[in-house]
Amino acid sequence: MEHPMVDQPQQSKRDFLRYFLGGGVLAWLGAVFYPVFAYLKPPKQGDVEVTSVKAGKLSEIEKESGTIVRFGNKPVIMVRTAEGEVHAFSATCTHLDCTVQFRKDMGVIWCACHNGKYDLNGRVVSGPPPRPLDEYRVIIQADDVIISSRT
Amino acid sequence: MKTLWNRTFAWIDERVQLSDVMSFLGKKSVPVHRHSVWYYFGGVSLFLFIIQVVTGILLLLYYKGSEELAFESIQFIMAKVEFGWLIRSIHSWAANLFILSAFIHMFSVLFEKAYRKPRELTWLSGMILLFLGMGFGFSGYLLPWNEVSFFATKVGTDIAGVLPVVGEPLMVFLRGGEDVTGATLSRFFGFHVAVLPGIFTVMLGLHLLLVQRQGMSKPLSYEQLPATDQKTMPFFPNFMLRDLLLWLLVLNLLAILAVFFPWELGVKADPFAPAPAGIKPEWYFMFMFQTLKYIPGELWFLEGEVVGILLFSLAGLVWMFIPLWDKKSARGEENRFINYLGLFALIYIIVLTTIGWFS
Repeated sequence: MEHPMVDQPQQSKRDFLRYFLGGGVLAWLGAVFYPVFAYLKPPKQGDVEVTSVKAGKLSEIEKESGTIVRFGNKPVIMVRTAEGEVHAFSATCTHLDCTVQFRKDMGVIWCACHNGKYDLNGRVVSGPPPRPLDEYRVIIQADDVIISSRT
Repeated sequence: MKTLWNRTFAWIDERVQLSDVMSFLGKKSVPVHRHSVWYYFGGVSLFLFIIQVVTGILLLLYYKGSEELAFESIQFIMAKVEFGWLIRSIHSWAANLFILSAFIHMFSVLFEKAYRKPRELTWLSGMILLFLGMGFGFSGYLLPWNEVSFFATKVGTDIAGVLPVVGEPLMVFLRGGEDVTGATLSRFFGFHVAVLPGIFTVMLGLHLLLVQRQGMSKPLSYEQLPATDQKTMPFFPNFMLRDLLLWLLVLNLLAILAVFFPWELGVKADPFAPAPAGIKPEWYFMFMFQTLKYIPGELWFLEGEVVGILLFSLAGLVWMFIPLWDKKSARGEENRFINYLGLFALIYIIVLTTIGWFS
């Protein structure tokens, strides 16, 4: 009869030690590895947020042409149609991130990486891109062409 | 001279029992049969890896791993540093030959069923070495910071990014941010010259240790011969001298390739220039890349690329664990299924690589 009486507290003592030490080891591992993993995650860069850029003078942009404009640290493609309209889209292909270009001979915005084609409204014509190019707003003030983000 | 050598040997032997190692080397033998030629490719891969370490260290003396200086520093190596063009060209060529040789080594081991019990761990460590080798290739490709490598890295990391759940954080981790920038170059440089070499060296040590512990694998047909018909060749010096001769031939081939087909540097990467036509990954990623092109954009409810990557990951796992599920070979029986599987993989890789290369 005495045995269980003696055993019981020992068992719970053992459990307590097991959880205490096990938890201690886990906490220690967490304390060691958390900073390492956190370090691997690149911090958000405090970029100057660009909401609009001046892309040039309307009178100097030829019809049926396209150029890449820096929008902060993102490339934006500005195209001028045969009718004289100016559109601007993100120049990053929606397929796999390559930078697109205007092709006068095909009359499209073209991605060289996988032959993706967009029309001059940014809509996918053919190839692998899953969705249209993100559009930017184009404002013409006097002769200045200003590209601004949609938001 | 002889006595000096003997005295040095005796001095070391007294302290670390060198004669044990010598007697082990003396007893080591290599089976001789009609497939013996495939034994050499492990050694050739090792030799090419050593070339990579040596030329890599030499390049490190002048290379500068930053967006502004990477391209220019390689221009400097190629134009100003004496024999810089040669060292860089050898490094690029040897990288490709290394992957090729490792692929041949892997396929020969597969067809010989050399992975069967008790060599499961040797196969597994070899597969890890091959993946690390491809990681070396992918990270090293970006380091010249030229147009082609810049966009190839964009595409490559973007493909990693389409994986469900882990994709996005993995992509950010690889790129060191949302986009491929100088931060990506710094990371890839770190992976290429510190992280990967460290892990690779440990894995290589394990791989070689296993080969030494277990000796050369014998093909099933050879193993079934009566012991008296099992011809062997002493490793030291017979096989080793042949090994060295082949290494010398490989070095000559490397020199010819590096001199007559020098590795181009191309045009410096410009994140604000459109991608040039003909963006291709290195040839050893081509079969996967080409497959992705054939998968439609949408499959069931998933994106085509996700399906492709998941299928390749699954195939890779099945391949990697062949020694664990191929019970027949482990029992010493002929397993034709593995031959067909190997042949299918080999033809698939060759055909798709060729199509990708010429498209």
